Amino acid sequence: MRHGNASRLALAVALFTILPLEAQRGGGGRGGPAQSAQAAAPVDLTGYWVSIVNEDWRFRMVMPAPGDYQGVPMTAEARRVADAWNPAKDEASGDECKAYGAPALLRAPEHLHIAWQDAQTLRLETDAGKQTRLFHFGGWKAPSGPSALQGDSAAMWEVPARGRGAAPPDPNAPPQGKGSLKVTTTHLKPGYLRKNGVPYTENAVLTENYDMIKEHNGDIMLVVTIVTTDPQYLREPFIITSHFKKQASDSGWNPTPCSAKW
Amino acid sequence: MTCARIIFTLSLCTGLPALAQVELSGSWASKNHEDALERGAGPNPVDFAGIPFNESGRAKALSYSQSQISMPERICAFYSQWHMMIGTFGVKIWNEADPVTGKTVAWIVGAWEDRAPMRIWMDGRPSPSKNAPHSQEGFTSGVWDGDVLTATTTHMMTGYLRRNGVMTSDQATMITHFIRHGDMLTLASALEDPIYLTEPYYITRTFVLTTNPMNLGGPPCLIGDEGVEEGRVPHNLPGKNPFLDEMFKLYGIPVEAEMGGAETMYPAYRDKIKDKFVMPTKCQKNCGAPAAGQN
Repeated sequence: MRHGNASRLALAVALFTILPLEAQRGGGGRGGPAQSAQAAAPVDLTGYWVSIVNEDWRFRMVMPAPGDYQGVPMTAEARRVADAWNPAKDEASGDECKAYGAPALLRAPEHLHIAWQDAQTLRLETDAGKQTRLFHFGGWKAPSGPSALQGDSAAMWEVPARGRGAAPPDPNAPPQGKGSLKVTTTHLKPGYLRKNGVPYTENAVLTENYDMIKEHNGDIMLVVTIVTTDPQYLREPFIITSHFKKQASDSGWNPTPCSAKW
Repeated sequence: MTCARIIFTLSLCTGLPALAQVELSGSWASKNHEDALERGAGPNPVDFAGIPFNESGRAKALSYSQSQISMPERICAFYSQWHMMIGTFGVKIWNEADPVTGKTVAWIVGAWEDRAPMRIWMDGRPSPSKNAPHSQEGFTSGVWDGDVLTATTTHMMTGYLRRNGVMTSDQATMITHFIRHGDMLTLASALEDPIYLTEPYYITRTFVLTTNPMNLGGPPCLIGDEGVEEGRVPHNLPGKNPFLDEMFKLYGIPVEAEMGGAETMYPAYRDKIKDKFVMPTKCQKNCGAPAAGQN
C-alpha cells in the first residue's frame, strides 16, 4: 500500500514535469502582478524582415495568369467566382486591396516591420500595399462593426513545456524552440487568396504560427505557417508557409499602394 | 521507498534542465498547396527563378536534359535528402530508442520511393571524416532546441535542388528544423552549397498528421531500362537549351528572371521586370486547382 502510494505520487509529479504547456504567458506567477504580452514574449519578433520568394514564384513575383489556380483546394463555386475576376472592375470600385487581406498578405513580396504598439498589442506593417495588422493579446474583445481587410486578430504565445524549477531559457541560445506566436484572425472582409481572384469569404478563419530560427550562417528567419479555412470556397484548409529574413535596418522598405494589376 | 526519498528524487527531477522535446512520430501527409507543380509533376524546364545560384550552378542547370533520368545509370542519381523538401510525398517519422535507457538514439524519416531514409543521429556521434564516402542518404545529426528539432545533413551525393536540373553539389549542407504545432509539422530547411549557390536556399513546407499510414516504399528508387541507347548522355550544349523562353511563352515571365540568381528571391526584383512582364490572357498549362482528394 505504501509502495502503491509512492508510485502514484511519483507518476503524478513525473506527468506534471512533462505535460505540454500551451500558454498565454501573461500571468505573473503565483500572487504576482499580471505580466504583459511584451514582457512575456519568449522571442523578439520586432524589427524589419524581408520576404524570400522561392516558392510559388510565378504567383507572387508577377501577376498569375487568369485561371491559374494551381494548388488551391478551391470549391467549384470559388472557381466560378475566380473565373469572373476583373482587376479593372476592382480598381474602379476601390477594391484594389482585395489581394492584400490577412490571408494573402504574407504571401506578397515585401518587407515587414513588426513593433509593439503597446504592451498588449503587436503591430505588423507591410510595405506592399501599406497594410497594418494588429495582434491583440490577453482578454481582448473584438469591437463590433463591419468586417475589415485585416480582420480581428487574437494572439497568444505558445511556449514549450518546462519542468517546475527548470532553469530559464538561455538568452544566448538560438530562438528556435523558445516559443512561438499564434494568431487567429476572424471578421475578415472578403478578399483574394491569390492575386488573380481566388476568393475567400467573410467566414474565412486564418490561423498562423510565427516561428523564429537562427541559421548556421547567422541569418535569422521568420517562418509563418498560414492556414486559411473557408467552408464556402475551400474544400479543406489551405496551408502554406512563408519565410522572411531579418534585416539590420529598414533598408529596402518601400511603401507602395495596393495594385490590382501588378 | 520512503516519503523523504520520494521528495528528494522528485526535487531532483523538477530541478533538472528542461529538454522540451516533442513527439514527432507518426504519418504526416504532404499538403502541396504551395509549389504544387514543383512538388507534383515537376517544374517547367528552365524555371530557375528564385534560385540563388552562381554562374556554375546556372551553367550546370542549363546543360541538363530531363531525358537523363531515362538512363539506367542516372535514373536514381539525383535524389538526395533535399528531395524531402521538394518531392511529392508525405513522411513517416519514428524514433529508435536504446533498449536499456529508453533514450532516443535516432529519429528516422522513412524513405519513399526515390529518397533514402533520413537517420537523424541524436547520440552525439561525430561526423564522418570529410574524406568519407558520400551517399544519397548522407549523414545527419540532430539536436533539440526547445521543442524544435534541428537536423544537419552532410556527405550527400549531388542531387536535385529543383527537379529541372538545378543541382546541389556533394559539398552541400542541409539544415532542417522540425517545428510541430498540434497536428501540423512545418519543416524549414536551408541548403548551403559553396559550389553552386551564392546564398543559402530556404524552403518551408507543412505536413499534416494523418491516421493513414505512409507507405515506406523502399528500397529507394529502382533502376529500370527506358530504352536510352548506351553511351549517350542527353544534354544541352552552352547556348543551345531549347527551353530558354518556355516560361515566357507560358506565363509571360522574362527570360532574365528565369535565369535565377539571388536577386530574383527579393521583392525589389519586381521593379526590374515590371515593364518586361507580359500578362497572359489565360493560363494555358498546369492551371487548375486539383480535384478533390488530390491535395
